[in-house]
Amino acid sequence: MSELTGQDSAARALVVTFAVAFVCALLVSTTTVLLRPVQRANLEAARVMQLVRDALPDAGASVDAGDLEERVIDLASGRIDTAIDPATFDAEAAAKQPQSSVEIPRELDLARLRRRALHAPVYLVRGDDRSIDSIILPVSGRGYQSIIRAWLVLDGKAARVRALTIYEQGETPGVGSRIEDPEWLARWRDRPIYDSEGVIRIGVATRPGDASGPDAKYLVDGISGATRSSRGIDGMLRFWLGDMGFGPFLQRVRDGEIK
Amino acid sequence: MTGNYWRILTRPLIDENPLTLQILGICSALAVTTSLDTALLMSLVVTCVLALGNGAVSLIRNQLPHSVRIIVQITIIASLVIVVDQVLQAYAFELSKRLSVFVGLVITNCIVLGRAEGFAMHNGFTASVLDGIGNGLGYSLVLVLVGTIREFFGKGSLLNFQILVPVEQGGSFEPLQLMLLPPSAFFIIGGIIWYIRRRRPQQVEKPEFTLRESGESTP
Amino acid sequence: MNALGELLLRSVFLDNLALSFFLGMCTFLAVSKRVDTALGVGLAVMCVQTVTVPVNNLIYNWLLAPGALAWAGLGQVDLSFLRLIAFIGVIAAMVQVLEMVLEFHLPRLYRALGIFLPLITVNCAILGGSLFMVERSYGFAESLVFGFGSGLGWALAIVMFAAIRERLKYADIPDGLQGLGINFIVAGIMSLGFLAFAGMGR
Repeated sequence: MSELTGQDSAARALVVTFAVAFVCALLVSTTTVLLRPVQRANLEAARVMQLVRDALPDAGASVDAGDLEERVIDLASGRIDTAIDPATFDAEAAAKQPQSSVEIPRELDLARLRRRALHAPVYLVRGDDRSIDSIILPVSGRGYQSIIRAWLVLDGKAARVRALTIYEQGETPGVGSRIEDPEWLARWRDRPIYDSEGVIRIGVATRPGDASGPDAKYLVDGISGATRSSRGIDGMLRFWLGDMGFGPFLQRVRDGEIK
Repeated sequence: MTGNYWRILTRPLIDENPLTLQILGICSALAVTTSLDTALLMSLVVTCVLALGNGAVSLIRNQLPHSVRIIVQITIIASLVIVVDQVLQAYAFELSKRLSVFVGLVITNCIVLGRAEGFAMHNGFTASVLDGIGNGLGYSLVLVLVGTIREFFGKGSLLNFQILVPVEQGGSFEPLQLMLLPPSAFFIIGGIIWYIRRRRPQQVEKPEFTLRESGESTP
Repeated sequence: MNALGELLLRSVFLDNLALSFFLGMCTFLAVSKRVDTALGVGLAVMCVQTVTVPVNNLIYNWLLAPGALAWAGLGQVDLSFLRLIAFIGVIAAMVQVLEMVLEFHLPRLYRALGIFLPLITVNCAILGGSLFMVERSYGFAESLVFGFGSGLGWALAIVMFAAIRERLKYADIPDGLQGLGINFIVAGIMSLGFLAFAGMGR
């Protein structure tokens, strides 16, 4: 049987430890650098899957990774911008930089955001025939005392709302925060957005008489006692569905330009 | 020599099973066995690290000064675990998320360090690698057994294939919720140990105190 | 303050490293023959845990995490894959320091612990505590509380276990279960008991 140790001098210990450390370091760094792109792709795919699951509470579970597409669009023109990598694009950060964002004119700032980025991510869920089944849009708007952030899910023809899922809000607990209640959010399912002339009619009913007026089928009842939060949702939807938001993009989808 | 190698490979399966006799590697055996797929993956990871770690340590055993040997062994094992962890995150992402910290904890898995210090430091390369594989297999045996029992009785499935349909999904199987909780792993391994020791009485531990035979028993 | 208090209670009872996550089991089962050695090991683990988790938190957040090196102008470097080896290094160093301190100031405890003191380096509970700290993104204060609480919880579990084992010395246990087998069953029952804390703090 072999002997256990050689000389026990400090120098020898140092040499051996450094040699082992060097070989190990080489092994670890090589593996990590080689595998990093694959891992990044995994993380990104998981993030998008989670996003879809959050946005589509009931249908999301049956969506496969292969059916999802993440794209960055230029909001003003509604075109897909292939130069920007969706995996690293941060719309919030872009909205703060002058060169990647634009100031919203007061009379058009329905969501009271003041600035918005020039680009935005959109998520397309495709069906078995590869046509667009759902469109997931990240929307945000100022409520009573916080910025409300949500996923707005439209059908493939961009004509009706499939779902509205709020994932961040800091409104008054018990009052404005009820916008996050599943029962209230469920009222957005299948709501038509436009009338026969293509004018945006969807919104929240906050004035008396709205619920029985001509717009009744487009409006969801506001939450009593939470008028400002309800108006915040109303403004958010009208802004992002309109020309300053995803309007041009949705028009291109309806025209069949983007499939 | 081949006979010797065979013995090194098969001894840790039952006779010197790291979990049930040597009391090594318990931590992960209990935590990752809620379903069979995580148990299998963990077994694979530990067997790989054991084989490669033992091999690496035995290659440098004659050059390793006594004073730094433990920390050098830990360094080698830690590096191997990092490499395995990176590979898992790249090619088995979903499963690695479920294993969470337990892949990293293989570094402190007593089996790995125990065999490196106890066997690989004193034996040749082939023998050490075989010992690593053998202990890995012994560990895997217990893990797969526990994982099978826990997943089957706890969820009615094996490897996520539903075999017995639970009541929530319209069937008639009432899952044993206890199987998905930590205590069940303790009980199951206790049961396995009992069974092994009934078949291998030489493994039975002697009690510290025995009842004294009463001297008053008279025929 | 309330969140930290809840974290403390949770890490001692509900997320007990030994009985809910099975960390440090090898030492747990091997050292718990007598209450006084169990107490010694438990205290040693508590010390090491309370120091290593916050220190590792600092190292991770200022050196290794993605973007952590921004203060040195290297914001895009991601060294998180080195955390395993960095943590183990810190733990080994801490245990070495603890060994030296015990040798000078508490020599009886040092001798009683014997081989088990350096074995704390590879106690999964210690490394596991640091890894959980990263996984749950604890801040520095939370790391301190979690380190102390999880160490305390582990010590509590091992002392209780040793107390039960001392009683079991006189019990008439079936041959196959003698020793390791009955220990597992006892640990299982203890684990079941700690699950009763699941309703706490909700």
